[in-house]
Amino acid sequence: MSADARAAAADLVVDIEAQGDGLRRLNLREVWVYRELLYFLAWRDVKVRYKQTVLGAAWAILQPVMTMGIFALFLGKLARVPSDGLPYPLFSFAGLVPWTYFATAVTGGSLSIVGSQQLISKVYFPRLLIPLAAAVTPLVDFAISMGTLMVLLWWYHVVPGAAIVWVPLLVLLALATAFAVSLWLSTLTVTYRDVRHIVPFFMQFWMFATPVAYPASLVPAQWRVLYGLNPMAGVVEGFRWALVGGPAPGPIILASTAVVAVLLVTGLVFFRRAEGTFADLI
Amino acid sequence: MSDIAIRVEHLAKRYSIGEAVVPYNTLRDTVAGFVRSTFRRTPSEQRAHVWALDDVSCDIKRGEVVGLIGGNGAGKSTLLKILSRITSPTRGRARIMGRVGSLLEVGTGFHPELTGRENIFLNGAILGMARREIARKFDDIVAFAEVDRFIDTAVKYYSSGMYVRLAFAVAAHLEPEILIVDEVLSVGDARFQQKCLGKMDDVAKSGRTVLFVTHNMAAVQRLATSAILLERGRLVGSGAVRPMVARYLGGHSHAGYEAARRTGKPQVLESYLIDQSGQPAARPLNTDAFGFHIRFVLPEARSGVRVGMGVLAADGTVVFTSGTDDVSLDVPAEAGEFDARVMVPGDTLLAGDYHLALCVWDSSSGDIFDLQEPALSFSLEYGPSIVYNRGDDRKGFVNIPCAWTMTPAAPAPSASLIGQP
Repeated sequence: MSADARAAAADLVVDIEAQGDGLRRLNLREVWVYRELLYFLAWRDVKVRYKQTVLGAAWAILQPVMTMGIFALFLGKLARVPSDGLPYPLFSFAGLVPWTYFATAVTGGSLSIVGSQQLISKVYFPRLLIPLAAAVTPLVDFAISMGTLMVLLWWYHVVPGAAIVWVPLLVLLALATAFAVSLWLSTLTVTYRDVRHIVPFFMQFWMFATPVAYPASLVPAQWRVLYGLNPMAGVVEGFRWALVGGPAPGPIILASTAVVAVLLVTGLVFFRRAEGTFADLI
Repeated sequence: MSDIAIRVEHLAKRYSIGEAVVPYNTLRDTVAGFVRSTFRRTPSEQRAHVWALDDVSCDIKRGEVVGLIGGNGAGKSTLLKILSRITSPTRGRARIMGRVGSLLEVGTGFHPELTGRENIFLNGAILGMARREIARKFDDIVAFAEVDRFIDTAVKYYSSGMYVRLAFAVAAHLEPEILIVDEVLSVGDARFQQKCLGKMDDVAKSGRTVLFVTHNMAAVQRLATSAILLERGRLVGSGAVRPMVARYLGGHSHAGYEAARRTGKPQVLESYLIDQSGQPAARPLNTDAFGFHIRFVLPEARSGVRVGMGVLAADGTVVFTSGTDDVSLDVPAEAGEFDARVMVPGDTLLAGDYHLALCVWDSSSGDIFDLQEPALSFSLEYGPSIVYNRGDDRKGFVNIPCAWTMTPAAPAPSASLIGQP
């Protein structure tokens, strides 16, 4: 061992105590130290996801495209849902891209702790990495469906405007939302396995409360603020605006950001308080 | 303070048995429980608790190799889990000074769909190695595991032996300041176990602090510089290895005295493994005679007492039994403590892990006064003999010198299989 490694090790003192309070244990620096493991966990999930599937990564294109087809047929053509003057397939696909990411991340995230039982009962690492990896991994599929969206834009001769610079921030907001919700759901799933049965309903409900298949402009003005409390409403509406056009999301996005911030901080505290007993309960 | 690597102060861990039996709650139970406790005013159910670890304090110095010994349920694994930060203590605290690597299982996080190469990187990262470090040690790991030809094959196609070798190889190349190891030496075949012990030797000699759990007393005596003895969650002793091992192996004596005083019936006090000269032995060769020293007590004069023993294989199969009545040896019909010695001839058992069961009973009524199953566990190593050259290829538990002959088959005119049209 080199001299400086030895010095670094000598500095490292770990105190183990009976469960402390959540805030004091919010050791985010440690998460940074373990960032390579985050990369490997995400890399593993990406590698494994499409092994032994015939279509492989094509699923990342097919799933939202098929959903778009169904939406376009039943909602666009038959129910004549308005689409802010955009071609309905493009309108719904631009909403489905961030939504599919979010739904995949939350569904995976809620089961992530229980699914990592083997690791949790045998090795120490910041447990936060598990839901974080679950939120990061679907970004790969997201990138692929972004490519599909680009093709669709080209097909409809739509050129994104300067608002496209907001896309990274909106993606970050979607990631933060998925991570925050996963923190809550994954912790609850450890103690209450019911949660795993609730999540699919919950996500379906959430999709109807999000302007994926319909424009936010359908929501009556006096309900908009309440509607904006759904962080994904801001994300999806903003995403569509940044890439395809249509009305700017306005104050909805601020409400969404505030809600995400609250969810994230409380989620982190809740998760940290519970993580000491994960190994005993799983 | 600076020469201390791990300081444990009043560490305790409580598990409620309910959690162990019903592994998780459902919302319905919680809601129902809430309704019950709020409206019916019945006293809340007394949950059964177990203190897996109870007020344990100890210091481990830098560079020490400490063997953690104790029977099942003594709290060894719980202590390792707390020190590895897998679970939090209920009370008390511990301070660890230095980078910790803990190895509670080999192959944690191995994914069957990934190749050997991919799993080395994944597993290394999980154990806390940096990617550069893994890349640097990659060739050594592959060579140690002896899986070079299959390194790009998914590990689900590996034999269990290859899988374990690869998993251990990654772990063996972990180089933390403080290494915490659970019973991982008991994996793989005998030859690979020797290799693992060799690797542990290297680690121990490199000046690192090691805390390891094992039931293999030979390994403790060979590797450890000191030992900690736990019993039912409590620390009952720590210090030099030999006395601790002896105390563990003879760990029943205190309980034996107590039971004898309480019941007035004969009890086994202690037992340990001996070599052919009668000295306490750690790991005899299977080619040599070995035996057991058994101390027992008759609290009051009693006739017709018999002592018996059974050797069980690691899986609990009875290999053979023997008793004092086999040789018409009578236990003196007077109160007192006695030492019995039983010798097993060499070249009878194959090398491996065994348990010893002991029994003291009444020959006329058949009443069992004391039954210890297992009283102790022991391992035999292969001694030099032509029969065992093939090492672990031999199946079963015993070596029976069988007679073999061979002659050309006598021609049987009607039944010959050779040369028929």
